[in-house]
Amino acid sequence: MDEPVSSVAQRLRRRPRRVEAVIQAVLFASGLLSILVTIGIVYELAKGAWGFFTHPLWEDTNKALAADVAPEDTLLPVTEAGRDIPPGAVVQIEDEIMQVVAVPDPTHLQVQRGLRGTRATAHRAGLDLFLESRVSLVEFFTHTRWVPQTGDFGILPLVNATLMVSLIAMLVALPLGLAMAIYLSEYASPRMAQVLKPVLEILAGVPTVVYGYFALTFVTPLLRRLLGADVVEIYNMASAGIVVGILVTPLVASMSEDALRAVPNSLREAAYALGATKLETALQVVVPAAFSGLAAAFIVAVSRAIGETMIVALAAGAGPNFTFNPFKAAETMTGHIVRISGGDLSYDSIDYNSIFAIGLVLFVMTLGLNLLSQRIVARFREEYR
Amino acid sequence: MNAAARFHPNLPARHRRARWGLVLFQSATLFGIVVLMALLYNIVNGAFGLAAVRYRIYPGDLGLDLTTITALPPEQLRGLLAAYLSPGQLRTLEREKPLDQRSADELARLVVERVLRPKVLDTWPLVPSLLHTREIVAEVQQKYPDAEVRWMAWFNQRFLSRPQSSDPIRAGVRTAILGSLWLVGIAALTALPLGVAAAIYLEEYARRDRWFNRLIQTNINNLAGVPSIIYGILGLAIFVRALEPVTSGALFGAVPEGVTANGRTVLSGGLTLGLLVLPIVIINAQEAIRAVPASLREAAYALGATKWQVIWHHVLPNALAGIMTGTILALSRALGETAPLVVVGASTFITFDPTSPFSKFTALPIQIYQWTARPQPVFRNLAAAASIALLVMLFVLNGTAVYIRYRARRSQRW
Repeated sequence: MDEPVSSVAQRLRRRPRRVEAVIQAVLFASGLLSILVTIGIVYELAKGAWGFFTHPLWEDTNKALAADVAPEDTLLPVTEAGRDIPPGAVVQIEDEIMQVVAVPDPTHLQVQRGLRGTRATAHRAGLDLFLESRVSLVEFFTHTRWVPQTGDFGILPLVNATLMVSLIAMLVALPLGLAMAIYLSEYASPRMAQVLKPVLEILAGVPTVVYGYFALTFVTPLLRRLLGADVVEIYNMASAGIVVGILVTPLVASMSEDALRAVPNSLREAAYALGATKLETALQVVVPAAFSGLAAAFIVAVSRAIGETMIVALAAGAGPNFTFNPFKAAETMTGHIVRISGGDLSYDSIDYNSIFAIGLVLFVMTLGLNLLSQRIVARFREEYR
Repeated sequence: MNAAARFHPNLPARHRRARWGLVLFQSATLFGIVVLMALLYNIVNGAFGLAAVRYRIYPGDLGLDLTTITALPPEQLRGLLAAYLSPGQLRTLEREKPLDQRSADELARLVVERVLRPKVLDTWPLVPSLLHTREIVAEVQQKYPDAEVRWMAWFNQRFLSRPQSSDPIRAGVRTAILGSLWLVGIAALTALPLGVAAAIYLEEYARRDRWFNRLIQTNINNLAGVPSIIYGILGLAIFVRALEPVTSGALFGAVPEGVTANGRTVLSGGLTLGLLVLPIVIINAQEAIRAVPASLREAAYALGATKWQVIWHHVLPNALAGIMTGTILALSRALGETAPLVVVGASTFITFDPTSPFSKFTALPIQIYQWTARPQPVFRNLAAAASIALLVMLFVLNGTAVYIRYRARRSQRW
């Protein structure tokens, strides 16, 4: 049985393990998939948003053909009334698209006929000319009307409703969640916490659509009874905001509790030793010490509230409305996306593409908040290491 | 003057404030419990109660009792159908399935639907129904003289076993429940292996000082915070549109001509939900793997095991309970998700069950959304009943997770 040492060493030598290398590659690929998901989200949102901003809109110029036009005519007689059409503009008459080459006088247009695959056809006098335009970034971010039928695409009403709902939600969730967190970490006995935590977990686990039902059939009637049915509309931002607040309260509570528990006990003991009451210790020592953790919890909750969809889709109303009155109906960004995509839209309509543009704004907002919160948490961890 | 006050004049006031602080914190916590109660109350309140029902022909007029109608002999039911339906209607029914071959249940349903034809005019929630029964009956007699007041349990066994219908009395959630199960199943099949693989890579293989490993980790944390509706848009763009030949089943020839769902299939919905819960599965699995003590790994290495042998034979079995618990919790999130499914294109009205990954689908949350959004109040009752079904499913799922965790804690070896 005696084997030379060199042969044993030979057998025990490190061998290349192909199977292990393959496994590691597969595992790495799985990790990489998450990056692909992010890239996919950004790519698809950007592509759809590009489609939205380059989608031609045809605006009625109220200028009409002054006489019948034959397919081969290139000098169009038009009425003097209506909007000016500059040279280089693209106009549409019926199904035909043409480009204005020159404007010799206010009642004539020199055009190139039958552009973009359309055919030059005869048109009758009195037909309106439609001028091509596109949604500009400035219009998108500054206009206060969102009416796709008239070509108005200002995202502000949607953003405003989203922020209103989130603000109301945070007015509910911040005090409530913080108070629960202080109670759980500073006051409650372990047994009490054992009872309360599942309640919070259940509240956090209720599907948002059920919360939406709750908002519409419980909170809204309650608000209408308390404040008057003439003040509170059936669909309103206040009801949706309150329920979104209830939805994110468990999140605020549990993240805040973690932050409060991370405060070293020596700080509390020092406060007690100086004669502070429990409340003073909690509010003046522990809460300030955990401030960055609490801020992170708050920011994550805002991000959740902004992205929340079903509650606002059911309770906040179905129509963009630029208002600061919380008791009025107004559609949020998420509510709009759900309503538009729930309908039957063709894939190349501007309405359809608009959900990508709104989605991109939503994504950037929530991503920014999440990154901010992570940065704050990372800094907080270093404080008490 | 007590001792404390003598010690410092501010002290009684400070103690008073401390007591009020406690009351405040306690009442905030209590408020959470109250809200949960209100939520449950609201659902139960909607799922049962009185209803004003109008029949074209009242069961009493025919000497029928709705509760025992299925016990009647089939001949009598066939006789009723023959007596009250036009010859044309009867012929249509015969063509669908001869009356002689239909069971008593089917015949009874036909009698109710075609002969009696109940129609819900108005409904009342449970609590007013119990407290003001007499007023409600009087109101119905005044408003709808020809209607009958009936107790309705909107959530009942037939509600669970019947497909969707536009008639609230006949509407059920079987299609939706099956759709939800398909969705969660597909989500589990995609998210579990991918999520665990990614977690193993990040915990066991990845070197933290490499920038791309940190990028993957940060990216996963961020993905967990992306609003679910964004995943819906991603699913719409990728699974419904870009991969339509795959997700519609056309590539595999799995779909008969003419019934293609254009990529808006249960497969697209399930994959979208899979991507949605993937970061949660990864994060939970990472935690479970991290909880396995290093001494176990070191012992295995000391015996000459390779890295993969250590992971496969020691780390994974010990982390399995944690991984399962985390995955089930993630799946319960998938079960309740609505927004991404609306965007991906869940059907709002289908009456046939999903039979393959390439079927059109609806899901319980979608049904709740649709019914709640309807203007007619009777559909709110159905939404409440469907909410009960959804909450029960979630409860079972979470209960399983809690049970697994409990079993694992008991048999934990470290």
